[in-house]
Amino acid sequence: MAECHPVGYQWVMEARARGAKVFHIDPRFSRTSATVDRYLAIRAGTDIVLLGALINYVLSNGLDFREYVLAYTNAATLVNRDFRDTEDLDGLFSGFDEETGRYDPSTWAYEGDVPGEEEPVEGGERHAEAAGSDSYGARGAGASATPPSDPTLTDPRCVYQILKRHYSRYTPEMVEELCGIPPELFLELAEAVTANSGRERTTAWVYSVGWTQHSVGVQYIRAAAILQLLLGNMGRPGGGIMALRGHASIQGSTDIPTLFNLLPGYIAMPHAHRHDSLDHYLEQEGADTGWWGNRRAYVVSLLKAWWGDAATEANDYCFDYLPRLTGDHGHYATVMGQIDGTVKGYFVVGENPAVGSANGKAQRLGLANLDWLVVRDLMLVETATFWKDAPEIETGELRTEEIGTEVFFLPAASHVEKEGTFTNTQRLLQWREKALDPPGDCRSDLWFYYHLGKRIRQRLGDDDIDRPARELTWDYPEIGAQRDPDAAAVLREINGTAADGRLLASLRELKPDGSTSCGCWIYCGVYADGVNMAARRTPHTEQGPVALEWGWAWPANRRILYNRASADPQGRPWSERKKYVYWDGAKWTGPDVPDFEEDKAPDYRPPEGAKAEHALAGTDPFIMQSDGRGWLYVPSGLSDGPLPTHYEPHESPVRNALYGQQANPARRTVDRPENPYNPALSPRFPYVYTTSRLTEHHTTGAMSRPLPYLAELQPEAFCEVSREMAEELGLENGAWATIVTARTAIELRVLVTGRVRPLRLNGRTVHQVVMPYHWGYSSGGVITGDIVNDLLPIVLDPNVYIQESKAGTCDVLPGRRPRGSALLDLIERYRDG
Amino acid sequence: MAERMGFFTDTTVCIGCKACEVACKEWNDVPDDGFVFRATSYDNTGALGASTWRHVAFVEQDGRWLMSSDVCKHCTHAACLDVCPTGALFRTEFDTVVVQADVCNGCGYCVPACPYGVIDRREDDGRAWKCTLCYDRLRGGMEPACAKACPTKSIQFGPLDELRQRAEERVERLHAEGTTEARLYGADPDNGVGGTGAFFLLLDEPETYGLPPDPVVTTRDLPAMWRWAGGAALALAAGVAVCFAGRKP
Repeated sequence: MAECHPVGYQWVMEARARGAKVFHIDPRFSRTSATVDRYLAIRAGTDIVLLGALINYVLSNGLDFREYVLAYTNAATLVNRDFRDTEDLDGLFSGFDEETGRYDPSTWAYEGDVPGEEEPVEGGERHAEAAGSDSYGARGAGASATPPSDPTLTDPRCVYQILKRHYSRYTPEMVEELCGIPPELFLELAEAVTANSGRERTTAWVYSVGWTQHSVGVQYIRAAAILQLLLGNMGRPGGGIMALRGHASIQGSTDIPTLFNLLPGYIAMPHAHRHDSLDHYLEQEGADTGWWGNRRAYVVSLLKAWWGDAATEANDYCFDYLPRLTGDHGHYATVMGQIDGTVKGYFVVGENPAVGSANGKAQRLGLANLDWLVVRDLMLVETATFWKDAPEIETGELRTEEIGTEVFFLPAASHVEKEGTFTNTQRLLQWREKALDPPGDCRSDLWFYYHLGKRIRQRLGDDDIDRPARELTWDYPEIGAQRDPDAAAVLREINGTAADGRLLASLRELKPDGSTSCGCWIYCGVYADGVNMAARRTPHTEQGPVALEWGWAWPANRRILYNRASADPQGRPWSERKKYVYWDGAKWTGPDVPDFEEDKAPDYRPPEGAKAEHALAGTDPFIMQSDGRGWLYVPSGLSDGPLPTHYEPHESPVRNALYGQQANPARRTVDRPENPYNPALSPRFPYVYTTSRLTEHHTTGAMSRPLPYLAELQPEAFCEVSREMAEELGLENGAWATIVTARTAIELRVLVTGRVRPLRLNGRTVHQVVMPYHWGYSSGGVITGDIVNDLLPIVLDPNVYIQESKAGTCDVLPGRRPRGSALLDLIERYRDG
Repeated sequence: MAERMGFFTDTTVCIGCKACEVACKEWNDVPDDGFVFRATSYDNTGALGASTWRHVAFVEQDGRWLMSSDVCKHCTHAACLDVCPTGALFRTEFDTVVVQADVCNGCGYCVPACPYGVIDRREDDGRAWKCTLCYDRLRGGMEPACAKACPTKSIQFGPLDELRQRAEERVERLHAEGTTEARLYGADPDNGVGGTGAFFLLLDEPETYGLPPDPVVTTRDLPAMWRWAGGAALALAAGVAVCFAGRKP
């Protein structure tokens, strides 16, 4: 966090100054490790062992926050009789199909949840196909909000007992064997985390891509969620799980998504063959209880925002105009489509996949096989110049004169040259003023898409196929000589309006009948009463510590989600020290906006057949879930199991000591010649690598390598190795090393450091190599270097298709890499040898 | 003269982000210092110099990684200023020491005079450069760029008396918490340079951070040297006079 988020990290330093104890768990000893109370070095790719052992520590010592767990989680809920755990099947859950490599999740369901005929439940095969709805805490339509349960937590089929059994072998000894963390350090962590949780205290977890970029990435976060729920650290001040994002407004780009499987507000993208009408789609996508029960209002309002008067009840509000999924259209599937020639054109906006994505060679081979490529960026990034300076030109795999891709480079405006909002980690929208016009031909992305849309629309005919584009609402005021669309007008459209044009104040005003429009239901209220709430900047000295008047947080300006959980079931604060949102006898109140219906009393019990939020009791804080509970166990919605389970990375030098199943059985591999894998346990690739960032650079370096003041601070691509490894291999500090995987080999400067230490695993030594990934061959850089991500395989988490960047295997040789075709010969020898 | 202003750099909360180095260069238009991978931890600018006016040292020890942002000390007794023949170096109303680039003739006397090795000449223009404690910003009522950019308040700017008091309290607190190795560097007005306007809270010996342990203003002995030289000259003159006096007319 100190390394990549130094500005946010000041508050960690502040917390330490006030007595907070801070642990840092990372394969790499970074600037964060240097400034915390305790650093735990861990083998990359083993965090679920550590988190699972913490869960086991809590459960086996009876340290869970029992009142919270019973009232607010699904600990007591009973699970289907046919469910089998990884303990029963040596690393597999019930329902796995060896042939397809996918799960049928129907046995994971709650007792009594009957799968529909056509659509069993979420997750599993369908989910795996198209990264299905990660949106809904649902169990399919028609599921009961109060599934059968055992409040004594003794039934072997209740979630609590299943959890206990699942993690029983995640012990301090296992942590030592797999993670390389000595038992005394583990116990220090476990004692600190549990002592700092409960009525009086809370613990927060902070993570970043070190947790997500794994073939089990989603389950890493799930493991933290289980721990936090058991300890009562969700929905309470000082608790939670904080996802640090990798770039400004990455949170915003999932809220109003650039993801293929989502519509704004985490609404699932419809599927071409499964969703033939709005009714059909709404029926299948989510549950009827909890706030997703109002999804018709969210979807219809979105369609009204996009197609305005053209969207009517008679035409399903233009539901048919929405694009449809036919399968996986994720980044890596797109790249494979380029190589195969099925993807002809490509927009790359503010990204640099030639450097930033796994297996750079596959990325560039894809780029070289396009008809056309549009790159919009501040700098001439590698993705735009690959045709003349890619490593494949040097090796002879690509020849400039044979590349047919027509490249359009369009210079972009920087963040000070355009207005709009950033939505960052804490869901906070902050409005940015424009300081000056962008120079020359540089334009904002808003300008680009708006004017592109206008030009396309001018060329449309009367053909029915053009109706979605023709009837789109596409009329924003244009400002200044550059005719930049008014970003505030776009934010107003996102906020939404009533039939009379009045700006909506709250998402509760959204209607399913087409009388409201709203571009993103969770952002509804950001322009309440015509005020740009995101632009508010009341200083902290003039308001309380929750600072509700600084910017605006979705939804409804709530700063802590699920904050009903900060009070006990009767609505009283858990403690005076942790008092936050509570029931005052007539309403919910406190320093934050209650994440609950203000007047729903703690003793409210839903009547039979109630829908949406009305189906949840006054004691159900997790209002997006169909049962209002925090899910320790996930009965549906995941494609690789209801509970996080340790699997080794796809490429690992170590056998999975917990199960016969080595790696995540549902992981997505790309078995093609462009993407060869290092065999697991291969002696040719004995070292573990992890990739990382440095404070001095930003992502692929396109925004930092061209700047001399940043470039001079970290001028060359390097790797960090331990003294022991350096000695073993004859690596010299400051000299060169060649890092080899089955994909390619790159050369990096060597930084020999005591900060990296060999790990002892079960009597065996494992060396780790740490590689910051900020270098590439151009980007207008005053410095260049080999591309670390070229080493990575494309192997993906099966839920969200994130690549496994953070743990893999490699070989390391002293000296520089071979040049030209000799490089290919070296890799060939590794693949064959 | 206004109050004496200075820096208190508390290295115990430095996170090594180098925002100070960058902010300094941005504000003062200092050129880059070359692109050299030094293989010395995360430090690639090496030391303070003509084109690096804030420098973050990274010291790797067993289980500990010390980070510290170094800067010109703005000495009470500043040798650079003493030896400057043109008056390019001067003491400002904030009791800081500043080089006037339009006056400096590049003689370089100041360079060996500095006991900390801070001030340096740029190869291309020959003139001497160093931290100005953002003299222009101070005159505009603003704090120096490095202190402004520091996210953790490792670099604190203010009236020197206040800073010294704050630093004493910080050291006391650290000692009470068991960090007994915490110590101040440069805060003592009785040290070899009469105390520095920029002082530091360190967790190890100054040498560990590349700082001289007991710096002395290099012009300290200048008066005595002149006295000795004067005495010697007098004695010589007297001897010569005696020789002549002994001659017969």
